[in-house]
Amino acid sequence: MNPAFSVVFLTTLIGAGQGLFLAMVGVEAAAAAHWLDAPGTAFYVTGSVLSVLLLGCGLLASFFHLGHPERAWRAIAMWRTSWLSREVIVLPAFIAAVALYGLLHLLDHDATLAVAGPGVLLCLLLFWCTGMIYACIKFLQEWATPLTLVNFTLLGSASGLMLAAALSALRGDGHAEVLAGWALGLTFAGFFTRVAALLRNDRLRPKSTLQSAIGVNHPRVVQKSQGFTGGSFNTREFFHGRGPGTLRAVKWLFLVAGFILPALLAASYLDGGSNWKPVAATLIQFAGLVAERWFFFAQANHPQNLYYQAVS
Amino acid sequence: MSASAETVVRSETRNTTCYMCACRCGIRVHLKNGEVRYIEGNPEHPLNQGVICAKGASGIMKQYSPARLTQPLKRKAGAERGANAFEPISWDEAFRIMEERLRKIRSTDPRKFALFTGRDQMQALTGLFARQFGTPNYAAHGGFCSVNMAAGMIYSIGGSFWEFGGPDLDRAKLFVMIGTAEDHHSNPLKIAISKFKRSGGKFISINPVRTGYSAVADEWIPIRPGTDGALLLALNHELLRQGLYDRDFIAQYSNAGYLVNLDESSDQFGMIVCDEQAEEKNPHRKHQQLWWDRHSNRAVINHTAGSDPALTGSYRLPDGTPVKPAFELLRERLAGYTPEWAAGITGIDAETIRRLAREMGITARDQKIELPIAWTDSWGRKHDKVTGNPVAFHAMRGLAAHSNGFQTIRALSVLMSLLGTIDRPGGFRHKAPFPRSTPPVYARNPNDPAAVKPDTPLGGAPLGFPGGPEDLFVDEQGGPVRIDKAFSWEHPLAVHGMMHNVITNAWRGDPYRIDTLLIFMANMAWNSTMNTVEVRKMLNDKDASGEYKIPFLIVCDAFQSEMTAFADLILPDTTYLERHDVMSMLDRPISEFDGPVDSVRVPVVPPKGECKPFQEVLVELAGRLKFPAFTKPDGSRKFRDYPDFIVNFETEPGSGQGFLIGWRGKDGDKALVGEPNPKQWEMYANNNCVFHHVMPESHQYMRNWNLGYSEWAQQMKLRRFADPVIIQLYAEVLQKFRRAAKGHGKRVPPSQLRERILTYFDPLPFYYTPLEVQASDTATYPLAAITQRPMAMYHSWDSQNAWLRQIHAHNYLFVNEKTALAEGIADGDWIWVESAHGRVRCLCRHSNAVEPGTVWTWNAIGKAQGAWNLAPEANEAQRGFLLNHLITEELPAGEGRTISNSDPVTGQAGWYDVRVRIRKTAADEPAETFPQFAPLTPLPGMNPVRRLWQGFVAGTGEFK
Amino acid sequence: MTQLALVIDLNVCVGCHACVTSCKEWNTSGEAGFMADDNPYGRDPTGTFFNRVQTFEVGEFPDTQTVHFPKSCLHCEDPPCVPVCPTGASYKRPEDGIVLVDYDKCIGCKYCAWACPYGVRELDEHQKVMKKCTLCVDRITDQSLPEAERKPACVLACPTNARLYGDIHDEESIVSKAIREAAGYQLMPEWGTKPANHYLPRRAPALQTAGVGATANPLDIDGPMPQATEGRP
Repeated sequence: MNPAFSVVFLTTLIGAGQGLFLAMVGVEAAAAAHWLDAPGTAFYVTGSVLSVLLLGCGLLASFFHLGHPERAWRAIAMWRTSWLSREVIVLPAFIAAVALYGLLHLLDHDATLAVAGPGVLLCLLLFWCTGMIYACIKFLQEWATPLTLVNFTLLGSASGLMLAAALSALRGDGHAEVLAGWALGLTFAGFFTRVAALLRNDRLRPKSTLQSAIGVNHPRVVQKSQGFTGGSFNTREFFHGRGPGTLRAVKWLFLVAGFILPALLAASYLDGGSNWKPVAATLIQFAGLVAERWFFFAQANHPQNLYYQAVS
Repeated sequence: MSASAETVVRSETRNTTCYMCACRCGIRVHLKNGEVRYIEGNPEHPLNQGVICAKGASGIMKQYSPARLTQPLKRKAGAERGANAFEPISWDEAFRIMEERLRKIRSTDPRKFALFTGRDQMQALTGLFARQFGTPNYAAHGGFCSVNMAAGMIYSIGGSFWEFGGPDLDRAKLFVMIGTAEDHHSNPLKIAISKFKRSGGKFISINPVRTGYSAVADEWIPIRPGTDGALLLALNHELLRQGLYDRDFIAQYSNAGYLVNLDESSDQFGMIVCDEQAEEKNPHRKHQQLWWDRHSNRAVINHTAGSDPALTGSYRLPDGTPVKPAFELLRERLAGYTPEWAAGITGIDAETIRRLAREMGITARDQKIELPIAWTDSWGRKHDKVTGNPVAFHAMRGLAAHSNGFQTIRALSVLMSLLGTIDRPGGFRHKAPFPRSTPPVYARNPNDPAAVKPDTPLGGAPLGFPGGPEDLFVDEQGGPVRIDKAFSWEHPLAVHGMMHNVITNAWRGDPYRIDTLLIFMANMAWNSTMNTVEVRKMLNDKDASGEYKIPFLIVCDAFQSEMTAFADLILPDTTYLERHDVMSMLDRPISEFDGPVDSVRVPVVPPKGECKPFQEVLVELAGRLKFPAFTKPDGSRKFRDYPDFIVNFETEPGSGQGFLIGWRGKDGDKALVGEPNPKQWEMYANNNCVFHHVMPESHQYMRNWNLGYSEWAQQMKLRRFADPVIIQLYAEVLQKFRRAAKGHGKRVPPSQLRERILTYFDPLPFYYTPLEVQASDTATYPLAAITQRPMAMYHSWDSQNAWLRQIHAHNYLFVNEKTALAEGIADGDWIWVESAHGRVRCLCRHSNAVEPGTVWTWNAIGKAQGAWNLAPEANEAQRGFLLNHLITEELPAGEGRTISNSDPVTGQAGWYDVRVRIRKTAADEPAETFPQFAPLTPLPGMNPVRRLWQGFVAGTGEFK
Repeated sequence: MTQLALVIDLNVCVGCHACVTSCKEWNTSGEAGFMADDNPYGRDPTGTFFNRVQTFEVGEFPDTQTVHFPKSCLHCEDPPCVPVCPTGASYKRPEDGIVLVDYDKCIGCKYCAWACPYGVRELDEHQKVMKKCTLCVDRITDQSLPEAERKPACVLACPTNARLYGDIHDEESIVSKAIREAAGYQLMPEWGTKPANHYLPRRAPALQTAGVGATANPLDIDGPMPQATEGRP
């Protein structure tokens, strides 16, 4: 696929926003269970504003993907069949939940945890919808795996928790280390599941071949002409146009920036250190996850590409 | 979207005839608010039966092409030719310039006006114009295209492929296609191949390349270019060796049994022996040739009742003359052409050749067709049925465009004849006005320089079919009279002229300089020329006095092109949707097997700007110059305009024969012959623009020897005589030239050409390596390079077409994968292709559908920058290329002389004969084609181009 | 239930692109709105087409097949592009099985194109909606046209009649017969999309040249062919 930055940012931004919300709910729940000290209203309010901002920016980014953004409202119509439609419903609902959650905190209302429950549900549902948009396309074999859902969830959560840790560290409210610890754990988990997906995808054998694409059973089938010389939507939308070298470089970049560096920074922060470490970890990880998402799209080899290989 | 019917105000449908290529399908043009909305095939048209091709369906984009010229243009005073600097002038001014210039030429030396036309379908008119002007220097593009096919077959069987005949695939069981690419004859052949395959027939394609029609062949036999003659001779050899020829057919209908004089001391050596005492039936054609009757064992006049000719053996006439039947000579000729011999030349193994011959012979023999159709032959014998041998062939430029093509096509004609497939069901069938006598006598070119006189029409048609040395158009010394040297000893049977040598000859002043060259619809500065780079220089070259060597160049075309840049005067032609045209029986009609068909174009939209049909230009000029055929006795103009000319012109006063055969007679109730009908155009327009005369079944077969048909055809002026058209297994007409080369007769070739005539005018087909290959260093240049036309593009015409150019915006050189890898060339690499004459940089595409010794590309995709109003950075100019840069129009002829790189018999351009080598470009070379030329700029009056994007919707008024 | 479809006969397709441009000319002035052409006269011209003809080489020289392969929307019976569409713009008509796009509902998210394994949907870069073959729905349902012309433009154009059109659910239709008799197949069956369009493979000719019924050999009259003389050819 040719990665569209609108979608890359949509999924990474809302993932971080979702993670941040989970971090807040986690802290609040732990505090309620007296495992942690309550961090104070400002933590929740700032976090909620930030989460809503991230989610809003994600939503905004998604509009750039549309040919007719003014008709975007129509996208709620097909929730019965379309994961995209479901995402379009769940995302605003979730934003509303986060906003309400922040507002209740701002008003020092008691019902925050009561809102947090459905909020978490919406959050997980959103991960589910977003992941399923990709995982449900069965012939995009790189995507059609539960790992896609797991990774969207873990990577989004990790980046959000890392952001929460940074926020906490900057505020100095004392929860940064716990949050960094959680972020570290999720980053580790995400690393393993993402690497698992990479290993899986490396071993994938495309189900569709040129033979099945045109229905000619011969070991040697070669396209000589795709039927036009100047390219088309089908050659622009589904090819990233980069060499395998770039792909390899991006893979290592996201493994290092998305997982290894932030993990090292978080671990060293746990060991005690500058509050800038979680901030740096957040920024690096987010950049790494943008690269990860770019790679996610670029690596997906659409079977339609079998039909568009040669000009003559 | 809703599925409701489209309701359109001011929408209408008009029938006319397509001209996106030379196929001439019937089309229905749907208009919306006066703009072309949809062009579809006309289901009521006999030629295409409702289908249409990619080009035809893209006519809209040609109609609204930004490359269209819209007003007459004159080269700016002081601007160099080729600099593309023009100013608009009025038609009055343009006519004044032409009239003045042409009047002066006509009253002094008419030869100095030359008219050469490209892919036009109005040669009867352009030829008439030249003849009335009095210049011999006229031809269309046939010499460049497929004259070998026309001449080789017409001189052998009295008809040819494409519009004059073709494979009867409705009844054939085996179809062999040799050297046919993607078109020719476009839609009808596609329709027929599909039906043929679906009815279970076997389709074999013999071609160096497997694309287009060959792609759906049941068997593909790759062959080295230019070696088809060897294959065909070996097939003939096998048919004779295995006894798989139709003895009865060739005995009765060919000259197989005619006795050939073998007395080497006689000046009649090699000529067919006639009974000189017998009554002469026709002064133009002998009928008293002798057979050796194998029953009575004596010589008899052919077709004597009760006789049967011996086809083999050696005999002595009562006067002692040693003779052999022509068939015996053919057998002797073919004896050495074994499959093993051919295998080494063609690259096809001997076993395959033997199997092919056997498949052909057995299918012809054992799958006979019998139709219960009674007919009478030319000798008055009645037959109660028509029989046929269902093996059909089709061949085109792959055989023709080699300098050995004439003899190759002779070999094909012999093969088709031995199989007994001429004008029989399931074989080859003629289309009216063919068959015609061999050689045809309906058109004779002048044979004396005195035929060219000031202010006088030429004493004969500029193009004809010579019947012997006496018909050559040469001067006292045997030198050419025509600028292109057609009908000279260099190319005696150049029946379509030799357009490819006109510019070179005129530039060199050999045989003489000319003054004005009028080019219609031919891109002589690009893809319609060999040696493009040099020809472009010649067009711009000046003599010592500072005058252009070709002083005045008029170009008439509908589009800006590489050629218009070199014009002194540009005349904007209309498109096919804007004019009247005729597909005339006098020219190249669209007849079917079952009877003559002609058709017309009528305007469906008004001409753009000041565009004027070229026909109107000719009729106007003919009137102004007072050509006799265009002038009344009182000196006034005879024809108002072209439609008026078409309706009222008769080949001779009162002949009743005109350009169109349909709806003749005052009331339009006569067919083929009849008085002019003032409502003829209307009647065509009301009847799908086509007239189809279906003949009775008894006239549809065996027409070479069908008495009923022949007499009818003579009455209808399709033929001059009704005598039988005997298949020329042995082409006596060629022997006449050989006799002259041996010094017999009044006209003998110049000494330096005698050997050439003796060699190539062999009355029996033979194989020789094409002339250019003989002269090539094939160790250095080992690969044959050929082009073919893709089905979606017609010559250079369609790069301006926004839809078609998306299919082929640039081209690759296809190279067999192994051949490429051996040179270290990867798929998609930039490469150099070099011949002894030039070099081209282009992209390479590996292929397994081309034989290893051949490279090929799509024809005429490459363009000069800015030509056809494409952006200079367009693919056509940056990545597309033209193979013509590698091809030469001349070969060395010894002693510093040159001779056309053409077939020595017909003058057919040998543009498939070039040999090349390939190598990878250096890493630091630019990724663009070579050579490049200075960009052309748009001409005054051309529409601005939608450079960024366009969305065509008919009826909005945006595209008018 | 009706399922209209094309059956494309690769046994006779010569790759002429008639279907490509006849489709374009019919539809660009049709109800779907224009089919844009970008850089129509410049570098890398690229426009919207509903139908393409591609060329493949099968095998190695000299045993090479050249396969011309026309491809447009296959109007799947289980079209993966339909359920993913968030707005319902992409839909399959129950009455005849044609898969269509409602241009007024399409938001141009391209998700349907991602969800199509065949690469037959093209976003119009100027109208910003997804376009694809409509089976010329405005022709085939136009009662003002003579019945013989109520067919997709490509089918009417095709010079080799390689494009058959009809209802594959009607056992007696020309397309059902062709699929049955000539082993018609679907593209990428592995995804269970059940394309309505089918393809007919290359087929061997029926002609037998066994040499049965041989009659008298003309060599009985004419004698055997002479031996080659020295020096010829």
